[in-house]
Amino acid sequence: MSVILVFLLVIAGFAGWWLSHQGLMTKPWLEQGLAGDLVGLDRSALPTAKIGLGVFLAVVGCLFALFTSAYFMRMAVPDWQPLPLPRLLWLNTGVLVLSSVALQCTSVAARRGQIDTVRLGLATAGLTAFAFLVGQFMAWRQLTADGYFLASNPANSFFYLITGMHGLHVLGGLVGLGRTTTSAWTGTRPERLRLGVELCAMYWHFLLFVWLAIFALLAGWAATFIDICRQLLT
Amino acid sequence: MVDITPADGIPPAEVAEVELYHPHSWWTKYVFSQDAKVIAVQYSATATAIGLVALVLSWLMRLQLGFPGTFDFITPEAYYQFITMHGMIMVIYLLTALFLGGFGNYLIPLMVGARDMVFPYVNMLSYWIYLLAVLVLVSSFFAPGGPTGAGWTLYPPQAIMSGTPGGQDWGIILMLSSLILFIIGFTMGGLNYVVTVLQGRTRGMTMMRLPLTVWGIFTATVMALLAFPALFVASVMMLLDRVLGTSFFMPAISEMGEQLPHNGGSPILFQHLFWFFGHPEVYIVALPAFGIVSDLISTHARKNIFGYRMMVWAIVGIGALSFVVWAHHMYVSGMHPYFGFFFATTTLIIAIPTAIKVYNWVLTLWRGDIHLTIPMLFALAFIVTFVNGGLTGLFLGNVVVDVPLSDTMFVVAHFHMVMGVAPILVVFGAIYHWYPKVTGRMLNETLGRFHFWVTFLGAYLIFFPMHYLGLMGVPRRYAELTDMTIMTESAHHLNSFISVMAFIVGFAQMVFLFNLIWSVRHGREAGGNPWRATTLEWQTPQTPPAHGNFGKDLPIVYRWAYDYSVPGAKEDFIPQNMPGSFGPSREPA
Repeated sequence: MSVILVFLLVIAGFAGWWLSHQGLMTKPWLEQGLAGDLVGLDRSALPTAKIGLGVFLAVVGCLFALFTSAYFMRMAVPDWQPLPLPRLLWLNTGVLVLSSVALQCTSVAARRGQIDTVRLGLATAGLTAFAFLVGQFMAWRQLTADGYFLASNPANSFFYLITGMHGLHVLGGLVGLGRTTTSAWTGTRPERLRLGVELCAMYWHFLLFVWLAIFALLAGWAATFIDICRQLLT
Repeated sequence: MVDITPADGIPPAEVAEVELYHPHSWWTKYVFSQDAKVIAVQYSATATAIGLVALVLSWLMRLQLGFPGTFDFITPEAYYQFITMHGMIMVIYLLTALFLGGFGNYLIPLMVGARDMVFPYVNMLSYWIYLLAVLVLVSSFFAPGGPTGAGWTLYPPQAIMSGTPGGQDWGIILMLSSLILFIIGFTMGGLNYVVTVLQGRTRGMTMMRLPLTVWGIFTATVMALLAFPALFVASVMMLLDRVLGTSFFMPAISEMGEQLPHNGGSPILFQHLFWFFGHPEVYIVALPAFGIVSDLISTHARKNIFGYRMMVWAIVGIGALSFVVWAHHMYVSGMHPYFGFFFATTTLIIAIPTAIKVYNWVLTLWRGDIHLTIPMLFALAFIVTFVNGGLTGLFLGNVVVDVPLSDTMFVVAHFHMVMGVAPILVVFGAIYHWYPKVTGRMLNETLGRFHFWVTFLGAYLIFFPMHYLGLMGVPRRYAELTDMTIMTESAHHLNSFISVMAFIVGFAQMVFLFNLIWSVRHGREAGGNPWRATTLEWQTPQTPPAHGNFGKDLPIVYRWAYDYSVPGAKEDFIPQNMPGSFGPSREPA
């Protein structure tokens, strides 16, 4: 359970930082009125939707941290036989990076108000993300063709479970991206479109980060890394 | 830090107006509504309905325990199904949904001075997914083989084996699917509660001016958002074990002389995941109760809450600590002694912020102008019940005491007192307190007092003897106790007595339900602020509050939520949105 505890420690650090800006030491029973110190303590200047997405990503992060924790705990049982990862995953990683980069460019273009680049960027991001999903599915097919079935070994089970869960999140993201893309063509207010693009970019970068982390986990590098850390500590 | 700015010159328009969804038909106004207040009522009604099922299940269990062998239809399998569904419904589908979905939806926007939740559409989805989860759960009663009988903790391997009711039928599948749906729905709602507190606060409403109710619900929601994923992961993995034959949790095991396909899985892994959710869950239920009870006591004792800052810190501290105590539910599963020592220590440390809260409640009452209204009675009952339940927690938090007591009725008595009876008392108090705002009418006083005394005394008569039974060694989870040497004749009598009391207390809840329905039309007119309370929900122009909550302009907040009996003020309460400065206590600190 150490992975999830480390994750929660990060969340707690963030929450602590935020709380420290909320005037926890003030004495509300003495302070009446509006002006002065209180003005800075109102809501954040960030758009509400971004904060909402941020909280949601913390929940998703928690989910994957828990899967990782379970992975490490189950791995310690001797029946664990790591499966060879298909080479295709490298290509998929590249495609997902491309998707993320495309959305980053789109977000810059949206800030500058270049609607054509925004449309191009959104379409590219959507297509590459879709290609990633197809690629993941192909990787599954390759593994089953080689005899690595879901139930034959816990390493396989975790592989399908974690990649599947990540794929579902990409799929959900595609729904949001689809809505933003439609609004780029139907002509919504520019600031609204910009917000939509930025939200998509944020979600995409997060999913890319999660993918890199679970790729490292499934390939076994994460375990090696933790072993090295453990040896350094003891 | 004194700030006596005359507020008259400040225009109220500085809070950005939100685009409010306006319903066009009866359907979008009352059924597929995006108004948090309607969603709150929907959540509460659904939770109450499913809670009634759980109440009936507890009656059936008590029939079996109190009068063993009398009722043929309660087979051991049926008994386990009753236990499982009773526990699961009460903890998750009733208490969590009612506190966060019900009270959270109703009170957060009103108390922070917002027109609605920040994502109303997602909020509506949250309720409908919750309803779906409840329907899936209920459907398991009608599935072949009945609901699961694995115990509310659903421990593998027994949960998905044929010896357990529903293990190889539909029961466990429907249970796990329902949990997964619940968590998805809750996450949608939870995002709303958290972000509304962060971003929906009106001008002048700093975090340190929030009523403690909002602090409690806010912190509990943050915890739930971080804890429920653990249950989600456990449910998904168990579902795969059951349906697709993986071995996440299932060790090599044979059943009826046949080797099952599973191999090498770890049941302990499930316990870690389950309790990583399960322990924070206790506080997810308790923290909103703490918050609400603080407001009830302050309002009905006409006195400011004692140690507001400490109360906030304690809520946050309890929330953080509750994530590092989960393994105290697993002492009997066996663990390294140092781990046991660690978890026993963290468990006992939680007693510190909790005790701070109890002292502060008592000190708020000290020399207050206590009105023994029904909400106040329930709040007082909560304090004693919570202290009682908490004290037995000190026993069970210690490894050496927990091991012999763990499988006895003592544990049943402990958790029913601390996370069953205590939060439910707060739920009742809160309903008596806020019902006038929701409906515009007061609940009937006589019926209410009857309900209170029967519930309060009855709950003690049910659960106090259980401690004694547990210390005698009477085991929990047993459907049939007749032939055991532990079960002396007096123990049997005690069991029958508990069962009779359970029926009486259950009957009192029917009176309460009648009161709820009857008073909607026939209750005394309440007016806008019957309790003369300070918080924003009582300052709305209409009662019940209209769509959008606060007329044309949002309120501006000039003070904290507890200005009761301020010397020099005209009335004994000053609403949060009243400008001006009062009282001799406002000299520079």
